[in-house]
Amino acid sequence: MTEVEVKDAIVKIIADVAMDEDVTSIDASASLRDELDLDSMDFLDIVMELKKRHKITVPQEEYSELATLDSCVKYLTPKFQ
Amino acid sequence: MQQKKFDVIIIGAGLSGIAAGIRLAMFDKKVCILEKHSIPGGLNSYYKRGKRLLDVGLHAMTNFAPQGSRGKPLTKLLKQLRIPYGDFALAPQNYSKIVFADSTLKFSNELELLKEQINTQFPDQVDGFNRLITMIGEFNETALDNEYQSAKEVVSNYISNDILKEMIFFPLLIYGSAWENDMDFSQFAIMFKSIFLEGFSRPVGGVRTILDLLMKKFSNLGGIVEYRSGVEQVLSKNGKACGVKLESGDTILASTVLSSIGNPETMKLIESQSEPAARSGSMSFTETIMTYGQRPKDFGEEAAIVFYNDSNIYDYRCPDSLYDKKSAVICFSNNFAVDDFDEGIVRMTNIANYSQWKNLSKEDYKKNKELVLSDAKALLKSYSPSFADDHNFSDVFTPLTVEKFTSRIGGAVYGSPDKLRTGETELDSLYVCGTDQGFLGIVGAMLSGISMANLHVLSKN
Ligand SMILES: Cc1cc2nc3c(=O)[nH]c(=O)nc-3n(C[C@H](O)[C@H](O)[C@H](O)COP(=O)(O)OP(=O)(O)OC[C@H]3O[C@@H](n4cnc5c(N)ncnc54)[C@H](O)[C@@H]3O)c2cc1C
Repeated sequence: MTEVEVKDAIVKIIADVAMDEDVTSIDASASLRDELDLDSMDFLDIVMELKKRHKITVPQEEYSELATLDSCVKYLTPKFQ
Repeated sequence: MQQKKFDVIIIGAGLSGIAAGIRLAMFDKKVCILEKHSIPGGLNSYYKRGKRLLDVGLHAMTNFAPQGSRGKPLTKLLKQLRIPYGDFALAPQNYSKIVFADSTLKFSNELELLKEQINTQFPDQVDGFNRLITMIGEFNETALDNEYQSAKEVVSNYISNDILKEMIFFPLLIYGSAWENDMDFSQFAIMFKSIFLEGFSRPVGGVRTILDLLMKKFSNLGGIVEYRSGVEQVLSKNGKACGVKLESGDTILASTVLSSIGNPETMKLIESQSEPAARSGSMSFTETIMTYGQRPKDFGEEAAIVFYNDSNIYDYRCPDSLYDKKSAVICFSNNFAVDDFDEGIVRMTNIANYSQWKNLSKEDYKKNKELVLSDAKALLKSYSPSFADDHNFSDVFTPLTVEKFTSRIGGAVYGSPDKLRTGETELDSLYVCGTDQGFLGIVGAMLSGISMANLHVLSKN
């Protein structure tokens, strides 16, 4: 998968986890926690969706890699291959 | 039932059990909810009298938050259950009132109104009240390791006027305290935020709007619910829960059991050895529902909920009589932003004594229900003399009714005073959620179900 495709896959997950938020204009370098009002329960959801949809596991000590959309793409692209 | 082995069994289809079920089914757990009654909802269910569909409990949902608000319990809950904001169809309250012998405080979903009222009636308390709000704002009331702390003691450091203190405590006690005349400070902080800082709303269509939505969601996710399936025993092996035995004699196995029926109620299912045993709660209520040809506003009443107390001290405890006539919560269900009723409706809650109701003969039980109704009408008239004398329809239920339909020991609406914050019990893989985990009310119960499912099942994989 290309980085663009990975990004789309992540945005899709975020859109489902944070239903009432507008995901079309996320600033890719800004903290998701602040920009979309995501809390630790929501990050758990993102991780579980990655596992459910793409069989990708993220160990708890690496959750910080998911801080921004950019960092998500960078961290997850190798895992999507 | 086809399948007899599940990942998780949930005991009880009340709001906490259903919310937990949705979370688990969402992540492909095989979940089965077992409910004793023939419909969902538990303490906040519904019933039918003639052509009228009535809510058992619903006065108002606490924790109102406008669409788009951030980090609020309501928005967290919706996000976790993946329900769009609009689906709950929440109509905010007009305003509510706390009425004491010598003063009346109005409050609404805007904190400013209450601040203004305190400023005019208790000017020397404004500073303390503001400090209290700041302190509560910084307090982490949902931490699972908070110890019991007397809320009355804590609040005395901020509010020195006894009348104001009693007035502030009234809504918080009667909408969520399992303790008499006081409450745990964490519980106080939860209730304070949910009522004074966030506020009241009512789902258009009543509690059914929410229950139908949740049940549909649960079954679309593949969850299974079995009604008329009372659990008689939680089965265990080497100190670990492994399933349940139903009253019918059937057994169903599961790796985890989540119980929403209460702390002492759950302990009975495992023949608990623990000493001292969990206490059952003593706070129960009578509820009187009256409908009128005209709306409350036609009689000059615009408040959604009135917390009425005939003196300046609020006595929240199990009364020495069948029911307490000195105070009541009066809910005018029409006075929310959307009035979807065909008639005027008034609900009145009085604190009641379960044992005294229990000891009545059948005949006296009936007679006393009549008295509850006539006292409710009298109290309504003394509060608002312009109310009509004649109602269209009325219904009264008692602590025995609550016990019968929810199996809460003693009809204890807010459960046991012994809460299990972490949800853990003496058996591994058996967890408690809902009221006796310490989070109650409609919103609290759902959040409890969600957080216990997250903590004890989902985040363990
Ligand atoms: C009269 C009244 C008015 C209320 N008003 C409001 C209000 O205005 N606003 C608000 O937010 N909250 C209100 N509440 C409180 C609110 O309803 C509860 O806090 C909440 O519904 C509790 O949910 P729960 O899931 O913890 O427990 P429950 O609803 O008690 O759920 C437990 C379920 O388990 C089932 N069960 C019990 N034993 C067994 C067994 N052995 N096997 C199988 N199933 C079993 C019960 O039938 C029940 O369905 C009111 C309650 C009452 C009674």
